Amino acid sequence: MTKQEPVSALRPQRKMRDGIHVAKVSLAHGGGGKAMRDLIDDVFVAAFDNPALAPLEDQARFGLADLAKHGDRLAFTSDSFVVEPLEFPGGDIGKLAICGTVNDLAVGGAKPLYLSCSVIIEEGLDVGFLRKIARSMAETASAAGVAIVTGDTKVVTRGACDKLFINTAGIGIIRSALDLGAHRAEAGDAILVNGLLGDHGAAILAARGDLRLDTMIQSDCAPLNGLIDTLIEACPQVKFMRDATRGGLATVLNEIAEASGVGIEIDERRTPLREEVKGFCEILGLDPLYLANEGKIVVVVPGHLAETARAAMSSHPLGRDSAMIGHVTEGPAGRVVMQTHFGGKRIVDMLVGEQLPRIC
Amino acid sequence: MQYVDEFRDPEKAASLIAAINDLTKTLALHRDHPLHIMEVCGGHTHAIFRYGIANMLPPEIEFVHGPGCPVCVLPMGRVDDCVAIAETPGVIFTTFGDAMRVPGSKKSLLQAKADGADIRMVYSPLDALELARANPTREVVFFGLGFETTMPSTAFTVLQASAEGLMNFSLFCNHITIIPTMRAILESPELRLDGFLGPGHVSMVIGTRVYDFIAEQYKKPLVVAGFEPLDVLQSVWLVLKQIAEGRCEIENQYGRIAPPDGNKAALSAVEQVFELREFFEWRGLGSIDHSGVRMREAYARFDAERKFAMPSLKIEDPKACECGDVLKGLIKPWQCKVFGTACTPQTPLGALMVSSEGACAAYYQYGDLEGLRDKRHADAA
Amino acid sequence: MCLGIPGRIVAISNAERKLATVDVSGVKREVNIACIIGERPIEACIGDWVLVHVGFAMSVIDEAQAAETLRILVELGEAQQEIAAMRASGRA
Repeated sequence: MTKQEPVSALRPQRKMRDGIHVAKVSLAHGGGGKAMRDLIDDVFVAAFDNPALAPLEDQARFGLADLAKHGDRLAFTSDSFVVEPLEFPGGDIGKLAICGTVNDLAVGGAKPLYLSCSVIIEEGLDVGFLRKIARSMAETASAAGVAIVTGDTKVVTRGACDKLFINTAGIGIIRSALDLGAHRAEAGDAILVNGLLGDHGAAILAARGDLRLDTMIQSDCAPLNGLIDTLIEACPQVKFMRDATRGGLATVLNEIAEASGVGIEIDERRTPLREEVKGFCEILGLDPLYLANEGKIVVVVPGHLAETARAAMSSHPLGRDSAMIGHVTEGPAGRVVMQTHFGGKRIVDMLVGEQLPRIC
Repeated sequence: MQYVDEFRDPEKAASLIAAINDLTKTLALHRDHPLHIMEVCGGHTHAIFRYGIANMLPPEIEFVHGPGCPVCVLPMGRVDDCVAIAETPGVIFTTFGDAMRVPGSKKSLLQAKADGADIRMVYSPLDALELARANPTREVVFFGLGFETTMPSTAFTVLQASAEGLMNFSLFCNHITIIPTMRAILESPELRLDGFLGPGHVSMVIGTRVYDFIAEQYKKPLVVAGFEPLDVLQSVWLVLKQIAEGRCEIENQYGRIAPPDGNKAALSAVEQVFELREFFEWRGLGSIDHSGVRMREAYARFDAERKFAMPSLKIEDPKACECGDVLKGLIKPWQCKVFGTACTPQTPLGALMVSSEGACAAYYQYGDLEGLRDKRHADAA
Repeated sequence: MCLGIPGRIVAISNAERKLATVDVSGVKREVNIACIIGERPIEACIGDWVLVHVGFAMSVIDEAQAAETLRILVELGEAQQEIAAMRASGRA
């Protein structure tokens, strides 16, 4: 990739615009005219600023030969982000939008390369805030080594969306010879996670404010492609990875058990949880196994490579608290069981609906 | 976590299990005629499943899951009343989380929220009060349900609202009392119970002496139990010990938190704000005398029942629903004809499948205990 | 109806409304302490371990009773070990 130069240097023939001077986004900014160009240039292009984006055609273009240098399959994913509140301890909707898509590519064994960013803005949103989000996305993209190369901007009337919705789609190239899949788990395989569970879910719930709990818990939102590179290098025999987002660890385990037609047994003593997240869950009667994570993956490797995988992940800053939490069993197929710290066994089932705090 | 981790110590659990096994042999129990211990509280049901306690016990001891789950026993008609209040223009309807999914005859509160009613989940009635202060032009209603454990919190909240002269706060009172319920269970002719795990947090408020009649009149041992897994196991052990030693007493395992005379300040607040209803409708159990409370006349201006129009209908459970029999401990959840088929957590017919403490939901989600138990039999053979 | 969790009172936030800050493993929440003040000055509640239920401190945890409950279980464990040892030696 060529050195990134500012937009103005690459496209001297485009008239340098004044930028936005109003404080709030209005419907005019979605109208397709000058106001919209100003919004796009001033807020998004200025932040994302890279050679693939600079031409501002209707599409970004890449040479296939260049892509093929990284592997033999194209990976393609998309995610929409509607998180509330838009800002929370540890991140914001922008950071989340980049991490979510980068991670969806990385867990498939792909090197994430290019992202699109499409936004739907409710009229009245503060422009300064939008700039902040765009900068957050740019920083996260840079940290992840990806570029935002195309996108779309729409503005809708008040009430037609909740402040800001973001969609990111991404492409990456899958390394040759890697074949990851939820169906590949077999009895004897080890199951690992790269750190403390439940931080994001707890941070969001606390940040919404209606529970009036005061806590230092931060979202674990992070791009995991670097961690995953380290893991794959040490353990190319890895069979499956998935980020434990909505529905938490429990949901991913159930998905694996079902797709592979196997059983899974985990040990409660080995599931890493922050003390504060434990306290948070105890107060509300929530089960931390179902809380969302935005910087955690569930990894399935052949049993004899468990320690290799754990050590590799632990060597990376985003995997310091990596742990082997359990293993795959013969069955019954689709059943996930947890050995409780206390000594009993219980089933860890799929969630029905959303987990609600309880009084009993 | 202090006062929590110590009561989840697996080593002490092992000792208790060994002691329970010994007593089981002493009592010459047989798995075809197991001892039946009823845990009254939904919180105990939850603990039993969460920690896998039932399958740590020998098969000669069976838990019978009692009706102490206020969300489970909420009649559909009352949910309809909630929805009616919530759909009144200008109302902010506040409720505990787990009440939101209970089906009414047309919809649950969660569905009413999706349809546009301003329904908000709160952790505490104090948060509802805060909403009332912050929204003086809106009427804030708090859905108060629960046994005596939760009555003091709503009572104090009403007293605080009164002290501040708030004009836009009301309570929709659905509090129920534990003693008449237990009496109804004990009077049930088909019931075969050998002992009780008493409700630890209800006792924290009302004390332990209130259960004396169960030992004296009905000759059943009762151990007031805490909610950590060691508390539950120790309480089971104490019930067994009583039976083995031919005793029939009210014992308090939860003395660190539940005092014998209850909490004076709490009881005083409850007495000030609430009075007993002549009778109250329970889902699955029908009408039970003196089993609910309503707000006293003096606090009428905070009483949603007086302030709002609501259908107040008695809605029958679906014909197929066998919640009543499960609540009374007559059948196990999986013995209900619609368990897991027409009635699942996704499509609940009855409240026991809706609430996370409901025995049916617990079996469905955590359970297949019978499967695990059969495996244990096979392993032991 | 039963969900309660132990927490420690770390500050009084509003003496008039009888509100205090309670700490549960680092998570803080304002709770009403009307049930546990008793005859004491409100500041005396700071440091108390209490059972928290829906935003109310419902009971002060009796440390001595908690220790006693655990001691009984430790004793039981020791007794069990003795019995097991006796059984084993009986078979030897």
